[in-house]
Amino acid sequence: MNPDIPDWRGGLVTAGVDIGSTSTQAVIMVDGQLYAYSSIRTGSDSPNSAMDAINIAMEGTGITSQDIDFTVGTGYGRVNVPIADKTVTEITCHAKGSNYIYGSSVRTLLDMGGQDCKAIHCDETGKVTSFIMNDKCAAGTGRGMEVIANLLSVPIEEIGDLSLNVDEEPNPLSTICVVFAKNELTALMRNGWPIEKVLASYCRAMAIRVVRLLERNGMEANFAITGGIAKNTGIVRRIEKMLGVEALTSELDPQIAGALGGALIAKTLVEKRK
Amino acid sequence: MLTVGIDSGSQNTKAVLVKDGEIIGKAKIPTGFNANETAMQAYELALLDAGVKIGAAVAVVVTGAGRKAITFSNSSVNETTAAAKGIRHVNPEIRLVIDMGSEGCRAIKLKQDGKILNYEINDKCASGAGTFIESMARVLQIPIEEMGAYSTRHTKDVPMNAQCVVFAESEVVSLIHQKETVENIAYGIHIGIANRINSLVRRVGMTDHIAFIGGPGSNIGLVQCLHKELKKDLFIPKSPEYISALGAAVCAAESE
Repeated sequence: MNPDIPDWRGGLVTAGVDIGSTSTQAVIMVDGQLYAYSSIRTGSDSPNSAMDAINIAMEGTGITSQDIDFTVGTGYGRVNVPIADKTVTEITCHAKGSNYIYGSSVRTLLDMGGQDCKAIHCDETGKVTSFIMNDKCAAGTGRGMEVIANLLSVPIEEIGDLSLNVDEEPNPLSTICVVFAKNELTALMRNGWPIEKVLASYCRAMAIRVVRLLERNGMEANFAITGGIAKNTGIVRRIEKMLGVEALTSELDPQIAGALGGALIAKTLVEKRK
Repeated sequence: MLTVGIDSGSQNTKAVLVKDGEIIGKAKIPTGFNANETAMQAYELALLDAGVKIGAAVAVVVTGAGRKAITFSNSSVNETTAAAKGIRHVNPEIRLVIDMGSEGCRAIKLKQDGKILNYEINDKCASGAGTFIESMARVLQIPIEEMGAYSTRHTKDVPMNAQCVVFAESEVVSLIHQKETVENIAYGIHIGIANRINSLVRRVGMTDHIAFIGGPGSNIGLVQCLHKELKKDLFIPKSPEYISALGAAVCAAESE
């Protein structure tokens, strides 16, 4: 909850809900300022996930569903947001949300979601000018990371830091494919590689894959990362090193970019009506 | 003259003992972590299978993903050469051979004299390989050997959207929740792979006289779907998973 906004009453309350394949985020804004948010695991029942996320975001705020003036749904499961007044594509929302989180200097965005990976170009208002998406291959997606985390019995949040704990950067895995990577990683473990080195090899391979996607769409300063992957320092550092750029940082959670963009677009839509 | 061909695959190691152009002994065992040791075991088992004494002078040629790790062979040949040699040995009419293994699939086009014209390999993505079928069988909770039979009993076409093994696993789980039958799901899985093989074949150029070899050659469901997608008759040799090992053994005989 945002302590800078003393009272939401009287302000324009908008919400954005991003139902991803893996996680669901809900953001509440008051007059275009971030007020509250939540992030939960998407259950097998998307409409419930949407409601749960909104309810958790509203907890402690005194806001109820009736107080929300406009809600935008986005993400993989956006057709399943019962209270959404409109649905907008996640690419549009992510760009808008990144503009808020990282500022108007962002031009290149890397969004790594649960089941896809996107390289997006946007202008100073957060409007999308071009993008490339991979949603066919698990490599470079959150799901892919989860498979590896499960295989190696490492909590996904720890992968990044562990992978950076190496004296010398090992060769990247010879394969991109998550399924083949499982065999290769197992063989490395059997050869006595410590877990940090194994993870370094994998994160390096994933970073290479992602950098290829970014280069195909073209890199333009400034660069920012959204989605769960932004929290994987192992991949972020390696991408930065390969591209020779530093990704913009923010205190806000990059995973909420989609929902945040949705809430901002909700505000624009309400204002257009008037 | 006795020769042995060993195909050290990523999943299984196959060995054949060949005398005067005929397979007289064979063995297939999981490769595991030590390809060299497994290759030696397969070699001995193939000899045992033929009733030939271990220690008999035999020329050994090795092929497959693990061939560089094998220390006791006389020489090695790559999988493309082995597949081409093996299939032409059993059927000299073949002009295109599709060789599907656990971790890859290749389409090899042959000239009239059996020499390799061109080839395309997919070994980057698990969705075009035997591993895809194996993963799906696990999710469906049926033995992999029964995937084919289930698939042939399908009652409707349930196309799969996902191509990737990881995403397909989730999609199959949803289909099961939606009460879709195992038969229909198995069929959808095989159609998906057959589609991808079709793309691979198109890249080398479609032709007649096509053979399908490798372990999945025994999967009647996959073969049925491949026939449907390629719109061509397919030649499936006996013991399709041994053809590359046979090819290696034929190479050994030729170089003697």
